[in-house]
Formats: sequence, structure tokens, C-alpha cells
Amino acid sequence: MSAPATFLDKLFDQGLLYDSGVDGLYGRSAVFEDVISRFEQLALNLGKDEISEAMVFPPGMPVPDFKTSGYMKNFPQLAGTVHSFCGNDHDHMGLIQCMAAGEDWTANQKITDIALTPAACYPLYPILARRGKLPEEGAYVALQSYCFRHEPSKEPTRMQMFRQREYVRVGTQEQTIAFRETWKQRGVEIMELLQLPHEVDVANDPFFGRAGRMMGVSQREQELKFEMLVPVNDGAGPTACMSFNYHMDNFGKAWGITLADGTPAHTACVGFGLERLALALFRHHGLDTAQWPEGVRKALWG
Amino acid sequence: MNDIIRELLSKHGGLPVAVDQIADTADLYDAGLSSFASVQLMLALEDEFDIEFPEAYLNRKTFSSIAAIAEALADITKDRQVA
Repeated sequence: MSAPATFLDKLFDQGLLYDSGVDGLYGRSAVFEDVISRFEQLALNLGKDEISEAMVFPPGMPVPDFKTSGYMKNFPQLAGTVHSFCGNDHDHMGLIQCMAAGEDWTANQKITDIALTPAACYPLYPILARRGKLPEEGAYVALQSYCFRHEPSKEPTRMQMFRQREYVRVGTQEQTIAFRETWKQRGVEIMELLQLPHEVDVANDPFFGRAGRMMGVSQREQELKFEMLVPVNDGAGPTACMSFNYHMDNFGKAWGITLADGTPAHTACVGFGLERLALALFRHHGLDTAQWPEGVRKALWG
Repeated sequence: MNDIIRELLSKHGGLPVAVDQIADTADLYDAGLSSFASVQLMLALEDEFDIEFPEAYLNRKTFSSIAAIAEALADITKDRQVA
């Protein structure tokens, strides 16, 4: 007897996602993408009168900025770097022979200037830093990027390549904390509009190793991260579909982003896991968007 | 023990002030100890005293002052002697 179809199986069968053979790396159908773009429009409308600018980033970022972010200190297990062949003619022959023989062919693959972006807001900070001191009102940016995290999984909500839409606030402590509170409330309003079961809870990032456990406890104690949790997967715990993060002045210090008075800027961001939100909608309202509740369809399609 | 803690704090704490300016009971986070630096300090203490901080000690309170660290170390090494 075959095992019952998982949520991921159903998404493949319905043609919403396309399997690649690698867990967490999927093609998206036009219907799936339409849900994502409608959600993005909904989220963008909520902040359109507040933002100072909007940006979209490619899925890679400069390696020096990736180092500055401190990502390798905290999440080396999740990071991805881009490598390319950097050998000569002789090395190329060796490469082809190794590949044909099924042996290790990566000896001359060397790291390039590009790391895969692990969090959508990272490419923003060096751009702001290069502009010099922030204006009094700080910065308020809407952005989107594909991100990579090396954590293959059969849970469709844990993709290795996925998109985050974010609002990022850069300014004083008061500006950034107020921003995060506003978006926590708006996050709840969005979930109510979309008629999804939800709960906001304090959270921590998956820091690496034993030392990381202490980082996680510390992050929770300081309430630096909250997540919007929605049950999506078969039998697994709820999925974080949004996160509300306050970084204190860590990124301001790391990248040298300064306020008008010369002190390090504080930063906060709200992140929307776009694929996760689409999956939550398909999970709770069915795989056929035409059958979704009227209110949900109105919120997304108008 | 406090002298060893001070030495490791000076090396790994990344504090903007000299460690001998900090009282035993002063709040190290107020003095500028970051979460990441507190982890570096924890690992250095483990190497120095040949111990492993149990999970219950992996929080901000344990590393909040030189006195708090000394107390945690005393507890952990006492448990080890009993065992």
C-alpha cells in the first residue's frame, strides 16, 4: 500500500509546483506566481505612503558584504557561495575526465565575488552606508529578493531558494521600534483579511551549534524577533510566514550606517515569506484559487 | 577566579572600556558586551576551566556580570566534584 499523498505531492499533482529532484528547489506555476504577486501588491499598498524607495535585488550579493553581515559567524550551515571554474586548458581536460568518470570534479572550482543572498535586506545596508549620514527621517525601504538557505527538506514551506518581501526601517531606536510594532499589527490584519489561522510569537533564528543555542536564548530574552505562525505542513509545527525583527544597532555598526548625529543607525525589518504565504493560502483554502472564499479573493484580486 | 574571568573578558569581550574599570557586579551588557562576544567568552571559559556550560546556563543572565560568571563557574565545578 502506498503512503498517503503529502501536501507536497498534492502541489506537484495539481501542477502548482514542479519537482526538480532536489528537495526545496521547485519550479512555480503561473497560478502560484499570480498568488504571490497579488499578495505582494496587498503588502505594498499598506506601506506605499511611508516608504522612501523600493528596490528588487538579484539572488546574489557581493562576498565582502556577505562577510560584513556576520552570517558565517551565526549560520555557516545555511550559507551558499558561488564557485566557478578557474583553471587552464590542462585543468579543463581533468575536469571533463573527472566528470565522465564520476569522480570529484570540483578541484578548480574557486569562489567568485558572489554569495547567495541569505536574507533579502542584506544587500540594502551597504548601499545606505555608501550614501553617508542618513537624513533626519531615516530610510524606509520596500524590497524583494530571492534568498538561499541550505536546508533541504520535504516540507514545501522549507525551500532552499525562495523569495522574501520586506520593509526595512533604518533610523533611531524609537523609529525602528515603532515601525516594528506597526507592522506586527498590520501582519495580523493581513492574516485576518486572508482568513488564515495565525499566532504571533517570540522566536529565534537557527544559530549554529552549542554557542548558537545561547545566541538563540539571548535573542528570545531580548524579544528581538517575532514570527507570524501558521499551520501549513502535515503533522509538523506551524510555519513562520512573516517575521518582525529588530536588529538594534548591530547592522548600523557592522556596515557603518550613521544617523545625522553620527551615531550608528538602528534597523528593523518585517519579512514576508512569499512562497510560505502562498502555501498557507493553498493549504487552508484549497488548491483551486477559483474556489477560495469570496473575502480572500477580494483581498487579493480586488 | 575573577582575575581569569577578567583576562578572558578583556580578550574576547570586545568592550569599549578597560576591563579593570568594570566592577564585579556591573552589568556587562550595559558596558557593551554583545551577544556574539558573550558566546566567545563562554567558549573561552569552557576551554580555560575544562568544563561545558549545561543548557540551563546558556542565557544572558549567566554572563551578565563578572560576579554572575564566577557564581556559574563555581556551581558547575562544584557539581563536577560531587559527580
